[in-house]
Amino acid sequence: MKEETVIKVENLTKQFGDFTAVNAISFEVKKGEIFGFLGANGAGKTTAMKMLIGISNPTSGEAEVASFNVYKNPNSIKKNIGYMSQKFALYDDLTVKENITFFGGIYGLTRKQINEKRQLLVEELGLQEIVNNLVSSLPLGWKQKIAFSVALLHNPKIVFLDEPTGGVDPITRRQFWEMIYKTANQGTTIFVTTHYMDEAEYCDRVSIMVNGKIEALDTPKNLKEKYKAKSMNDVFLKLARG
Amino acid sequence: MSISLKNISKSYNKVSALQNITFNVEKGELFGLIGPDGAGKTTLFRILTTLLIANKGTASVAGFDVFKDYKQIRNNVGYMPGKFSLYQDLTVEENLNFFATIFGTTIEENYDLIKDIYVQIEPFKNRRAGKLSGGMKQKLALCCALIHKPKVLFLDEPTTGVDPVSRKEFWEMLKRLQKKGITILVSTPYMDEAALCDRIALIQDGEILEIDTPKEIVKHYPKAIYNVSANNMYKLIKCLKNYEFMYSVYPFGEFVHYTDKRDLFKPNDLIEFLKQNELQNIEISETQPTIEDTFMELAK
Repeated sequence: MKEETVIKVENLTKQFGDFTAVNAISFEVKKGEIFGFLGANGAGKTTAMKMLIGISNPTSGEAEVASFNVYKNPNSIKKNIGYMSQKFALYDDLTVKENITFFGGIYGLTRKQINEKRQLLVEELGLQEIVNNLVSSLPLGWKQKIAFSVALLHNPKIVFLDEPTGGVDPITRRQFWEMIYKTANQGTTIFVTTHYMDEAEYCDRVSIMVNGKIEALDTPKNLKEKYKAKSMNDVFLKLARG
Repeated sequence: MSISLKNISKSYNKVSALQNITFNVEKGELFGLIGPDGAGKTTLFRILTTLLIANKGTASVAGFDVFKDYKQIRNNVGYMPGKFSLYQDLTVEENLNFFATIFGTTIEENYDLIKDIYVQIEPFKNRRAGKLSGGMKQKLALCCALIHKPKVLFLDEPTTGVDPVSRKEFWEMLKRLQKKGITILVSTPYMDEAALCDRIALIQDGEILEIDTPKEIVKHYPKAIYNVSANNMYKLIKCLKNYEFMYSVYPFGEFVHYTDKRDLFKPNDLIEFLKQNELQNIEISETQPTIEDTFMELAK
């Protein structure tokens, strides 16, 4: 099942003036894989992610996402991926229902499909009581769970999650990861950044970016062996400052 | 006593943010408020820094009442809010000068207190605060909160969204400040940071779940915890949740933390059950509870 490659990156580079934010990174991600994209603040993660989701043009290098080229077909990429971040996920001043309808419409779902998806979501997440409430009134953990589901409305091949669990309580954080496991198990690829190192352990493979380059890329188990570390936190502390 | 709260309650319209919060922080203590987003941490900070008035209860900071003596409190505390609140269009140096002037002091007068931190951002002293990286903004905000040599320092989620390396450095700075006699109240959603505090209060939904030293808090965990691992994490979690004697199941890094309803738990029974469900490479071993385990048990 995990043979098909859904993200293929070769020497991808982004320069801002004379500053190289992303320096010739290369990696591949398979279908259904949970891929952890780690790095210190300012290491270049967000810049790299922006290129992969088709909203920033690379300076050089190649990348294919969901079998579309980042230079030629950035708009096709956008249609075939889901995206959520801690900073932006849902519209606070719309209700849960309105958000689902809005994002369903943006992704080109029919009215019928949107209605079906909404009912499914309400049932799965137990949203019956809050579906007509404004998103701003919900606890962060709820928002993030709904945002993740909304990012999956159009059955994307890959979903990009930028620090999805920052500040979320420990129980909800785990429920969120169970949703991630479930989604990956159904064949959707998960590309996730996080500052929680226990979450890094949940990933199939992890890359660690330092000053624009990928310094390490392997399974958590192999990384711990290689760097003689007890946990991913130790691996990160050893690597992240070069 | 450096900070003292008695039965503090606060609600916004009908929503209760804090309920009967009572605790004391000793002089020179590093005290942690540990809880998720929405627990009421920021409301508590705003009451203690006199920016918000409680509906009920009394509180004092550095010997001053938060209601009657609010002006004295403002001169004696440093406050670093969760949201970056410095002037984005002033430079690093201008921000620091501004805060020093407001408090009737100069950068030179208290330089020894901020020196360790300031030297790290000094190369960028002519850069506008809005153009700094997250880590540097955090250091500048800490300098500005310290420039008038406060007796008590309030830090509201200083490390949220900060990478593990910068978080570690930040806590090392806090330890050094503590040695200079400053009382520190710090909040964080990261449970691993709790272990670095002298004492912690676990807080959720506006209520304190427990207050103690990090070591004592984990001792209160009521059950034996087991690390369980197998070849497929998702399937393992699903199976464990269906096991009839399951008390709690939480993924914890490479393992799942499992507790059993029975007093006498036989790991071999569970191994059998998991094998029947087609899991492989099953391993079970007893482990020590963490603060996060305790928090989840109390918050259940």
